[in-house]
Amino acid sequence: MAWTRQDMARRAAQELQDGFYVNLGIGIPTLVANFIPDGINVTLQSENGMLGMGPFPTEDEIDPDLINAGKQTITELDSTSYFSSADSFGMIRGGHIALSILGAMQVAQNGDLANWMIPGKMVKGMGGAMDLVAGVKKVVIIMDHNARDGSAKFLHECTLPLTGVGVVDMIISDVGVFTIDEGGATLIELAPDVTVEEVQNRTEASFKVAEGLS
Amino acid sequence: MKKTYPDAAAALEGVLFDGMTIMAGGFGLCGIPENLIGALRDSGTKDITAISNNAGVDDFGLGLLLQTRQIKKMVSSYVGENKEFERQYLAEELELEFNPQGTLAERIRAGGAGIPGFYTKTGVGTLIAEGKEHKDFNGETYVMETGLVADVSLVKAWKGDREGNLIFRKTARNFNPMMATAGKVTVVEVEELVDIGELDPDQIHTPGIFVQRIIQSKDLEKRIEQRTIRTEGE
Repeated sequence: MAWTRQDMARRAAQELQDGFYVNLGIGIPTLVANFIPDGINVTLQSENGMLGMGPFPTEDEIDPDLINAGKQTITELDSTSYFSSADSFGMIRGGHIALSILGAMQVAQNGDLANWMIPGKMVKGMGGAMDLVAGVKKVVIIMDHNARDGSAKFLHECTLPLTGVGVVDMIISDVGVFTIDEGGATLIELAPDVTVEEVQNRTEASFKVAEGLS
Repeated sequence: MKKTYPDAAAALEGVLFDGMTIMAGGFGLCGIPENLIGALRDSGTKDITAISNNAGVDDFGLGLLLQTRQIKKMVSSYVGENKEFERQYLAEELELEFNPQGTLAERIRAGGAGIPGFYTKTGVGTLIAEGKEHKDFNGETYVMETGLVADVSLVKAWKGDREGNLIFRKTARNFNPMMATAGKVTVVEVEELVDIGELDPDQIHTPGIFVQRIIQSKDLEKRIEQRTIRTEGE
C-alpha cells in the first residue's frame, strides 16, 4: 500500500537530528512537525522572521502579529527569537539551517527542482524557495510520485522553470524514498507492498536500486 | 526638525508624485502600514512601482491600490492571494518582477546601506539569473543582484518615539526595518507614539536617523489571512 501524506511526513521526520535548525515548506512538509521523534530537539525556522515556532494557537492566543510563512497564525516558545527578513535569509543563505523540507512539481535525476511556476498559467511567485534550496545544507522533497493526470514528476530533466540546479538530496514520495548525489539517484526504500517494478513504471528518471530492495 | 505628523495624509503631503517608486513593509497582511496605504490610495498618485514582498489581498493592503489601478509595476516574491492582481497581470495591465524573497530582502538592505550590488547563489541556473552578471568564488557560481532604494518607504512599527526610533513586534517586523533604511523619505506609522526617553535605547530596532516622518496609526484592522487554531488539549 502506498504511503499517505501522513506516512510521508512521518518518514521525513526520520531525517531530523537532535539540535537541527529546520525550515518546513508550506503544505505536506508542515505536517512533519507532528512527527518529531521523542528525544529529538529541533528548532523550526519560519522565513518571515522567527526561530522557534510553536503550535497553532488556541482561539484566545491568536495574535495578528504572529504568523508563519504560510500566513497561518502560530504561537511562540520560551526559546523563540524574532528578526527581520534580511536576517532570516542571512541564516538561510549563509548555511546555518541544517534541513529544509519542501514540496515539488518536478524533480530531475540530477537533483534539479521545479516548484514555483507553470508558464501560461498564473504565476504566484517563488517566495523563499529559491533561497532555501540554494542555502540550506540538505533539501528533502515530499511529493506525490505522479501528477493528477498520472504523468511522472521524477524526470530525466525538468520541463518547468527551475527553482534550483542540482539542489535536491532526497525525495520522499508515496511509493518510497530516493537519495540523489553526484552518482545519481538511488531508490533506497519502498512503501509497503510497492514493488521496484511499479516504481520504475511510474518514474521517468533513471535510478539505481539499493541492494536488498526487491 | 519635527518628525511627527497628525495623520497619514499629512505625513505623505509633498512627497508623492506620479511614476514614483514606493516600498511597503509587511509579510502577507502582517505588519503592513495600513493607514499610509489608505492615504496613498486617497492621494490618487498614479503609475507607482511598488516594492513589497506581497501584493495584499483583493480588498486590503496593496490590493487597494490595484483596485484603483494606481500601481504600474510590482516587485515582489509571492503574489498568490490576489485575484485582481492575477486579472491585471494576465491582461498585461500590470508589470511584475519576481525576486526570490531573500534576494528581495537583501537588495533592500543593500540599497539602504549604500551597497549597489552583491553576489548570491540564490537563483543561479534559473530564469531569475538570466542576463545577469555571474562570478565564481571558491569554485561556486554566484549571480549579481543590485541594491534597491525607493522614493518613499512606508513602514509599520509597534512603538516609536518622536525622534523616529522604532521597535517592531513579533513577525510584524519582516521587511519593515530594511525598507526604513532604503527610502529617500521614510514614513512610519506606529501603534504607540511615545515621548523621547520612553523607549529603552538598547531595545531599538531601527534608529531614528532612517525615519523622516512618523504618525500614530488609527483604527488598525490587522486582518488575519489564515486563522488557524488548535483545539484545547491538542
